[in-house]
Formats: sequence, structure tokens, C-alpha cells
Amino acid sequence: MAVKVRIPSPLLKLTNNQGEVSAEGSNVKEIFEYLEKNYPGIKERVYDEEGQLRRFINIYINEEDIRFVDGESSSVKDGDEISIIPAIAGGVDLIFSTGRFLCREK
Amino acid sequence: MFDFSEEQILRYSRHIILPEVGGKGQSKLLDAKVLLVGAGGLGSPAGYYLAAAGVGNIGIIDFDDVDLSNLQRQILHSNDRIGLNKAESAKMTIEKLNPDVKVQLFKERLSSENIMKIIEDYEIIIDGTDNFPTRYLINDACVFTNKTNVHGSIFRFEGQLTIFKSKEGPCYRCLYPEPPPPGMVPSCQEAGVLGVLPGTLGVLQAVEAIKLILNIGKPLIGTLLLYDSLSVSFRKLKLKKDKDCPVCGDNPTIKELIDYEQFCGILSASS
Repeated sequence: MAVKVRIPSPLLKLTNNQGEVSAEGSNVKEIFEYLEKNYPGIKERVYDEEGQLRRFINIYINEEDIRFVDGESSSVKDGDEISIIPAIAGGVDLIFSTGRFLCREK
Repeated sequence: MFDFSEEQILRYSRHIILPEVGGKGQSKLLDAKVLLVGAGGLGSPAGYYLAAAGVGNIGIIDFDDVDLSNLQRQILHSNDRIGLNKAESAKMTIEKLNPDVKVQLFKERLSSENIMKIIEDYEIIIDGTDNFPTRYLINDACVFTNKTNVHGSIFRFEGQLTIFKSKEGPCYRCLYPEPPPPGMVPSCQEAGVLGVLPGTLGVLQAVEAIKLILNIGKPLIGTLLLYDSLSVSFRKLKLKKDKDCPVCGDNPTIKELIDYEQFCGILSASS
């Protein structure tokens, strides 16, 4: 299955500034494996050390958040559009700034 | 009828002749209470247009002072205000534009200690902050008090916009449950941004706030609008309420405000 993946600004360096790349796979997990092969480094930005999708990045198939479909097993079909949406604020994103917080509960 | 002065009838005439606004809508705007959190890149255009539209009560909270490097995008300020508190500078600009607007100033840093008191009198909160800890704080406070949070954020050439209203849709934590855990701290660089980009997003925040006040159109609740200035694309994604959300879900685990601290550069020294 060939899908279109929208690359957010924080990851553009890894795709030679291509804002949109095509990828193959039958579900989200396979798409990211394909992306990692072609654009090394993507996976560690999107997944944490335990291999889970980072909680400050959401993945959408077309308009739908995969957390409310089937997570990484959500299947994709030809022509689908995958979006990687990181939390952003004040011109910074969380993809490259993991661990910028100290959590102090009151 | 409405108790407008002649000057107000003229000032708001382009609103009043719109059937969707009319005298009734203009009165609503004059009675409305909107809080700008941050008078920076997003808060400037949002606040400027809300004031022009005759939103009668605008609260502004900002702790920072105007810096020359702000003026590339923060249009409420100007050269002669460098060094002045941003909330104060914003008030001066807004009052010059429209004397109908009552501006309340908060020259303080938003925290779990003061947020409830500050947002108390406002119906709509415009989140134009530049950091994650404050975004989580605003989100949680709005969930606890059922207030509407018009959220805008920017990154280089891109922006995100949505409305969080937890009774009717998701909150920020439904999207991103919590900031990353403490860990290694990378260097904190100044982030670049196309100056006009927060203009676009801030103005869209103002549009959404005005729609909410007038109760017209379809508010951006449960939808994330993505704007990419380079490819000139506006896209919408669906946002869903997460029943496992730690603050607005079925079994919330966060019941009190949390002060996350930005651990970066000079700031870390004081934390």
C-alpha cells in the first residue's frame, strides 16, 4: 500500500526538506519501519526508548487520530494520508526537546 | 433598543449592518470578557482585533518586558516601549485604538497560585503562551472551571489552532496527556519563527473568540486546524475526547493544578 506521509517541520531535516514523502506498508507500524529505512532517525524521534509512540506526538490517518482507531496496528490503504503532529509552543516542539521539564507536583 | 453612543454606532457600523452581528451582537461584544494569556506574537494580533471589534473587557497577563527582538511580530508594542512591561504596553495600544475597551492588567507570571483568581472573571481564555508548562496549567484550570480555551501555537512556518471546551469536546491533555518526564536536558535554543505567522494564528484565535461570543457559525471545537504557510495549506484533523484523559476523562487522576517547570538555560537556575 502506498501512502502519503506529511512530515512536520521538526523532522524535515531527516527527509531532505521534503514536506511530503511516500511510504509503503499495511499499517502504521509498517509505515514507520519503511520511513526509518529511507529516512534514518525518524523512528527515534517518534518512538521512545521502550518502543512506544511518544505521548507528545499524535499520528493521524487522514483526519483520524490512530489512538482512537487501532493504534499502531491501524490499517492503511492506498492513497491514505498520514500526518505526524507534535505538540508545539512558542516556536519550540517536543520532538527535539524531550525532557525539558521538571515535574513538581504541588 | 441598544444604548450606543453616536460614536459607537459609527465605530461599529460595519458590524451592526451584518445581520449575524447587529446591535444585539455588538452589545454582546461590548459586554464580553476575554483574557489574553501572553501579549506576544499570538496575543498581539488577537488582542488588537478583539479591541477593534469592541470586545469590552480584555484582561492581559504578561510578565515580560518588550524587547527589540519582539517587534518583528508582536504588533501591540513599538520601539518607544522597549523595556516596558508587555501587558502595560498592550494596554496603551489597545486604549489608543478603542476607548470602549476596559483593560485589566496582570503583570505577573501565571502559576497554580494565581491562575484561578485571574481567570475567574473571564469567559474566554486566549492561550498565546510560549511554553508548555503554562499551556498545561491553562488547560487544567479551564477544565476545572469550565472555561473556554482558544488555543493557538506556532512553529517556524506552521501553526495549530483549536478550541478546548471540555464539556463539549477534548482538552489539551486528551491530545497530549502530559509533558515528557524529567530527563536529560538538551540545549535550549532560541527558536526562529516567520514574524507574520503568529499574526495569522492570533487573528484566527480572535475570529474564534468572536464567534463564541456572538454564538454564530461553527466553533473549532473537536477540530485541529493546521496551517502551513510554505505550502499554503489549511487542513483540519478530528480531535476526540479521550475517556482516559487524566484531567477530563471518566476517572481523572489530576485533580489539582500542577506547576511544571521549564528546565532550560537560565530559567533552570531559579527553579
